[in-house]
Amino acid sequence: MKFKEGIWTSSIEVKDFVARNITPYAGNHDFLVGPTERTSHLWNICKAALKEERERKGLRSVDTENVSTMNAFKAGYIDKESEVIVGLQTDELLKRAMKPYGGFKVVQKALSEHGFSPSEVITESFSKYTKTHNDGVFDAYTDEIRKFRSLGFLTGLPDNYARGRIIGDYRRLALYGINRLIEAKKADLDAIHGPMTDATIRLREEVSEQIKALYAMIEMGKIYDLDLSRPAENAREAVQWTYMGYLAAVKEQDGAAMSLGSVSSFLDVFIEKDLTDGVITEEEAQEYIDQFVMKLRMVRHLRMEAYEQIFAGDPTWVTESIGGLLIDGRSKVTKTSFRFLNTLYNLGPSPEPNITILWSKNLPQGFKDYCAKVSIETSSIQYENDDLMRTSANCDDYGIACCVSMQELGKHIQFFGARTNLAKTLLLAINRGQCENTGTQIVDGIPALENEYLDYDEVVANFKVAMKEVARVYNESMNIIHYMHDKYYYEKAQMALIDTNPKINIAYGIAGLSIVADSLSAIKHAKVKPIRDENGLTVDFEIEGDFPKYGNDDDRVDHIARDVVSHFNKELSQHKVYKDANPTLSVLTITSNVVYGLKTGATPDGRGKGVAFAPGANPMHGRDTHGVIASLNSVAKIDYKDSKDGISNTLSVVPKSLGSTPEDRIANLVRTLDGYFGSNAQHLNVNVLDRETLIHAMEHPEEHPQLTIRVSGYAVNFVRLTREQQQEVLTRSFHESL
Amino acid sequence: MTQAEKTLTVHSIESFGTHDGPGIRLVVFLQGCNLQCLYCQNPDTMAMKGGTTTEIEALVKRARNMKTYFGDDGGVTVSGGEPMLQSKALIPFFEALKAEGIHTNIDTNGVVRTPEALQLISGLSDLVMFDVKSTTDKGFKTLTGVSRLQAMLSNVKLREASQLPFWLRYVLVPGFTDKERDLEWLIEQFSGMNFLERFEILPYHKLGQYKWEALGMDYQLMDVAENTPEQLEIVEQKLTPYFKKVIIK
Repeated sequence: MKFKEGIWTSSIEVKDFVARNITPYAGNHDFLVGPTERTSHLWNICKAALKEERERKGLRSVDTENVSTMNAFKAGYIDKESEVIVGLQTDELLKRAMKPYGGFKVVQKALSEHGFSPSEVITESFSKYTKTHNDGVFDAYTDEIRKFRSLGFLTGLPDNYARGRIIGDYRRLALYGINRLIEAKKADLDAIHGPMTDATIRLREEVSEQIKALYAMIEMGKIYDLDLSRPAENAREAVQWTYMGYLAAVKEQDGAAMSLGSVSSFLDVFIEKDLTDGVITEEEAQEYIDQFVMKLRMVRHLRMEAYEQIFAGDPTWVTESIGGLLIDGRSKVTKTSFRFLNTLYNLGPSPEPNITILWSKNLPQGFKDYCAKVSIETSSIQYENDDLMRTSANCDDYGIACCVSMQELGKHIQFFGARTNLAKTLLLAINRGQCENTGTQIVDGIPALENEYLDYDEVVANFKVAMKEVARVYNESMNIIHYMHDKYYYEKAQMALIDTNPKINIAYGIAGLSIVADSLSAIKHAKVKPIRDENGLTVDFEIEGDFPKYGNDDDRVDHIARDVVSHFNKELSQHKVYKDANPTLSVLTITSNVVYGLKTGATPDGRGKGVAFAPGANPMHGRDTHGVIASLNSVAKIDYKDSKDGISNTLSVVPKSLGSTPEDRIANLVRTLDGYFGSNAQHLNVNVLDRETLIHAMEHPEEHPQLTIRVSGYAVNFVRLTREQQQEVLTRSFHESL
Repeated sequence: MTQAEKTLTVHSIESFGTHDGPGIRLVVFLQGCNLQCLYCQNPDTMAMKGGTTTEIEALVKRARNMKTYFGDDGGVTVSGGEPMLQSKALIPFFEALKAEGIHTNIDTNGVVRTPEALQLISGLSDLVMFDVKSTTDKGFKTLTGVSRLQAMLSNVKLREASQLPFWLRYVLVPGFTDKERDLEWLIEQFSGMNFLERFEILPYHKLGQYKWEALGMDYQLMDVAENTPEQLEIVEQKLTPYFKKVIIK
């Protein structure tokens, strides 16, 4: 059997290869097999290592001598004899490494928290001679940006850690081999010439860096006796080569989220060929995927404790997107799509890789049912609306960057922008533009509110002024951050696997949407009296009467949420962005909804000072009183056009609420997904869990090492969350209609 | 239409009903009941006072917004309380749902015989779920406070005669409704009915007890034990041969 040729043969175009050679699979999961002995043996070693890591407060071991690069470490194995897919980030399982170019202080802090420090040579180099991304950003930050940042209006910005979110097209290694990729990049470089503007000079430097990275990747392969200069010649090599591309990225970078892309159906082409040719068995095919996934689960970055507040549970976001349709209407579901999901049984549940199902109403029924079954049994996967994204972007070859953000593979990147606290921004509108906690003047031009009760029109007018100013400062900070990241911590390995001069999105974000919607609804539909301290700052609010709350399919408040997102998105799009990136917005919080809440005073919706926000675009806990679908319908009203970077929603249900029998539960979850995405919603995390299980896991973490729960856009090991975060998960709405 | 017929008195709304009829359903729990069942799980819906006056139009809109979730078999269920006590307003509600192509279902104790209730049973509602409270007049009175077994039977027979699908639900209360002769009566009465699609046996449980206490009401079944799995299996085996589908919930 030979691959069908096409555009991909003459130019670097993986998408075309997949479209021409894919074998869509419309059956059910009966063909799947369990793990091989070798796989189980390796996973047992990993489990023991993970236990040690937990016992050592999240750091099993660390190298303090070397700056991590593709070739900084000798080969590392779990157990060489049993590995069919090889390669670790360092020379030892779960040994972390220093990547100080994002910010050296962060590396020092992360090490010192565990009683380590970087070697003297490294310390001297990064204290005296080597500048980092973090140094650059703070050289350029204005006082105004610092103020917005330190008071919590802008939070979690990637100014002292790596931005991540860029997805290399790791499949290119397998399909083309590195020599061919170098050839193409050299041709690109030759074509970039004068006049030598800033942009042109920068691009020439970047492409040269990429070429160097490709040579380094060949060397990295040699450490493991692999010849990556040539294309993969069989299924095992295709998996191995693809993994090596990803491994290069996570040796070089420690971005917050480093997605894998969408590799399963690409790999299926090779697997299908070897199966058809009778060269491998189903057991071997599953073994490749199991071991690949096992390696992805072992990816680690060195993080300091403070990082946990915004990204809890030590996530890496190895997001793999599975399913969806081709533009021509054929399904992209293959047997390897199933094999990836099957790893959640063969190796047990896990947050990583962050498996994301690209849902279409036209996915094969067998696959829909299997996804629902996996969700019900593992709570480890999330869903995104392929029908919405594919048609909106006219693109059928994309991955999800981090949690929810669409990114065309090899053609498109994004600049990660964390998020702004929209609830605090609303409080500026009520407090003359001053921070509600400190009284610091943040925004000028906002008049004091004199009425005893808040007037909706007055508040909205002030809120618009506040949003406009916050958008301006947000944009300024982002331009600085990404300029400096390119300059000091450029992702050369990933960018080497992406077209030269790709399209760029800048990914702004907001937190606290449900608080803002409910607050404005309270002001509009009830009577809200601000309680002010001696300085005229609000410390609390008294609400007289009831008001519609976001999460109940009630247009009176849902349209407020929708319009706020739309308005803030428009404000953001007014500003020029570094590298002419295209502004986009997400409604996403990761786990930072807890810390954002801590930094935010009482709000007019009745939420007390310091109380956690709802995550992402979720309705506030306990306020969605009309059941799951009313809640989903509220979120679905936020227009994807206004929030193209993604609208995160997390659904937690107890098993019984899905139906009486296992079959009913699967059928009802499939209907729910069809219904939600049929309403043009974008993203859904699904947890099917009893509250009691979580409580038990808090008390007996050792009995639940693999208990996985979806939070905002990713999944975590529940036992690795802080106590506060565990409590917060428990207070969320667990829908349990009977 | 009078103002009263444009509204329903609603106790609560559950948009993700998966236990009250086929598929995913919008369940509208109406306020007020004419029976006082000892085991009632929703005693807060019994009182004729209270509830929220809700425009039928708003409920239809809610249902319309859920169409993408209904698929082939989901729809709207009115439950309670006893929904037939508001049968006058249910007529325009169900007509509007029908116009939207939305499947309708009533979860009823079956004892209301108003002209509108009969109209719903004999035609308008796509499905009716009758609660068979007891197998004897005396038992009916003990469990519900009134003796309306014959009214319920007449309504079930009307549905069967109308050649429209219906379900039966039967709560298995140990010591009250779980005797051999109870099961035999069920078989005798209903096994010959062609439009009985499904017979649901609901094991007795005390989930509603805390609500009784919260309402300051006396929960009289305190000493009744919940069914054992063995008891449920015996009941299932006994009934299964006689009906299209027997489900132990």
